[in-house]
Amino acid sequence: MPIQYYIFFCLTLFSIGVIGVLTRRNAIIVFMCVELMLNAVNLLLVAFSKMHHAAGLKMAATSTAGIDAQIFVFFIMVVAAAEVSVGLAIIVMMFRNTHSIDINFLNRLKN
Amino acid sequence: MKVIIGLIVLWPLVGFLFNGLGRNIWSKKVIAYKATGYIVASFIFSVLAFLNVQSSGPATVHYFDFINTAGFKIPFDLKVDALSSLFLLVITGVGSLIHLYSTAYMKEEEAPHYARYFAYLNLFVFSMLLLVLGDNYVIMFIGWEGVGLCSYLLIGYWFTNATYNYAAKKAFIMNRIGDLGFLLAIFWLIVKLGTVSYGTVLTAESLAKLSTSDITAITLLLFVGAMGKSAQIPLYTWLPDAMAGPTPVSALIHAATMVTAGIYMITRSNILFSASEFTQHVVAIVGISTALLSATIAIKQNDIKKVLAYSTVSQLGYMFLGLGVGAYSGAVFHVITHAFFKALLFLGAGSVIHAMHHEQDIRKMGGLKSKLPITHITFLIGCIAIAGVPPFSGFFSKDEILAAAFAKSPIYWALGVIGAAMTAFYMFRLYATTFLGQFRGTHDQEHHLHESPFAMTLPLILLAVASAIAGAIGVPELMGGHHWLSHQLAPIVGEAKEAGLSASTEWALMGVSVTIAVVALLIALSIYRKKADGEPQTALGKFLYNKWYIDELYETIILNPLNKFAGFLKEVVEKNIIDGAVNGTGKLVQYSARQIRLLQSGQVGYYILFMVLSMVLLFIFWFNDMTILKFYYKLTH
Repeated sequence: MPIQYYIFFCLTLFSIGVIGVLTRRNAIIVFMCVELMLNAVNLLLVAFSKMHHAAGLKMAATSTAGIDAQIFVFFIMVVAAAEVSVGLAIIVMMFRNTHSIDINFLNRLKN
Repeated sequence: MKVIIGLIVLWPLVGFLFNGLGRNIWSKKVIAYKATGYIVASFIFSVLAFLNVQSSGPATVHYFDFINTAGFKIPFDLKVDALSSLFLLVITGVGSLIHLYSTAYMKEEEAPHYARYFAYLNLFVFSMLLLVLGDNYVIMFIGWEGVGLCSYLLIGYWFTNATYNYAAKKAFIMNRIGDLGFLLAIFWLIVKLGTVSYGTVLTAESLAKLSTSDITAITLLLFVGAMGKSAQIPLYTWLPDAMAGPTPVSALIHAATMVTAGIYMITRSNILFSASEFTQHVVAIVGISTALLSATIAIKQNDIKKVLAYSTVSQLGYMFLGLGVGAYSGAVFHVITHAFFKALLFLGAGSVIHAMHHEQDIRKMGGLKSKLPITHITFLIGCIAIAGVPPFSGFFSKDEILAAAFAKSPIYWALGVIGAAMTAFYMFRLYATTFLGQFRGTHDQEHHLHESPFAMTLPLILLAVASAIAGAIGVPELMGGHHWLSHQLAPIVGEAKEAGLSASTEWALMGVSVTIAVVALLIALSIYRKKADGEPQTALGKFLYNKWYIDELYETIILNPLNKFAGFLKEVVEKNIIDGAVNGTGKLVQYSARQIRLLQSGQVGYYILFMVLSMVLLFIFWFNDMTILKFYYKLTH
């Protein structure tokens, strides 16, 4: 499959994530949109990795070109998992305190 | 030797700390004994150091490095040689006597102030010793500033009196002008030679490294320093005002020691000064002009201390004349004899003031001869000594300077003799008005007249003896002496140059100057034996009485414009420009803060929106050369 399919697909996913973060008020949905953005980037990384690897194999049968990008993906997933645990904990605390997960309630910190 | 020299300096410092810190604890008796005792101890060690120099030559001791940075070093070294050991003896010797005198003179002060007075006096002696003992210009400068500070503190000792404070400030500021010159000279030496130690600066090799203009500039700047400290034209006006301080202070600081620091400094740097013909002329001309100017003023003054103050300025002028014509040992000789007879005269004046209950106007005195016999005799000896009547000490030292001046130029000599005649005249005018004739004060004052206590008369007697016989250390070969002093100083100032005058010329010069001085003093005696000066009538009299209007002149050409300028800065520049800038900055920050604050709404959505927008903007700015599009094109083709 040509690479531009992946690029446009990832761009679409990323944009959906951004728009979701900007427009939704439900903290869980905002959170999911953040994850969506992360995964869009992950997908793009894997796609480019595959592309470079294929190009590398044409030059030499033992080439490892582009493989490292897939390692990055794992790191991003680990970081995302850690972030999820923290983020969800915050949301739980927020719900306990305000009985709502509307992010606009957070402006109460102001006073 | 290290211990002896260290202790000479440390004793007065210990005294300063003791009296300064314990001023509320000790009784006046303890303070008096300790303060005087420390100076006497210092004197004893000075004698030891002097004997050591006599037997085994000069010594330099190293204590620590005052400054030690990359390639530049100022050691804290003290040095005793013939010159500094003589100054040591004068400072601690006269200093001890004046401390003793002060214990009685300041008796009426309360204990804390009494202690403060002696603390300052001890600190002064410490600084002065540092000044003469230092082995480089920086150590000398530390002492130089120290004595200036103590002078300020002691002039303003009675700090509740605003005029005295004004006089103290005047002395301090005028000295500061001179000190700037001294400091610049030190910097100049450091830049050109990289060192300030006498041992390296004052050598022929160093002279070879300096161009003629360098030497002239350095010596002129040093001389500016000396002008301030030793009260020469144009910086002399602080010294007469400095008489606001207690009389023993005037005797110690403003007659015997501090004001001679300039002469010490130039004598120390004589190699530099001798190398610049121009500076020598400047020094001689400034010296003789100061001598004449202040002598004329002294003739018409009526305050007993003011007369002595102008007389001091005048005598300092003679010393500078001596330095200018190359008679360095003659100048040092005059410093020593002057220290004796001027300290004596000031202490005598103090004794009179003490007896008169702080009356200083000689027109209200008169006839004190019988009431104050010891003060009278000793004061008379001081007057004869300063008038230059042989065989008293002033004659020898003044004559040496005048002979050297004649060898340089007969004009200097003639002016010097005129000055000497005026000196004899005003001193005997002072003597006759104060001690002869009828008492002119109030009945109450007459009733209370009394001779001073022993602690005050003892220093007078000792100083009178010294004033009478101190000439013996410099009897010229002409009179069968062998001039011990100039042989002493020969290693430092070089062998006294042969004046090239024949014996008959010298005798003639001496005869002329002595005759004129004696005639002048007899005239003064006959005029003022019966009456005092009234208000000045003639124009010249008024002119002299008002001190040539020099203070008024300075006020008009320097003080007033400066005050106006300061007022302009305060009213216009400070209020509008400086304050405007500061307040404007504050207002700007406050205003912009108020506006930017509105962005902080607390709405998370806005924050994210701003974040995304700014990231988009960053992308646009970073990749505005279409890198991304080019990259995409490369990928797909």
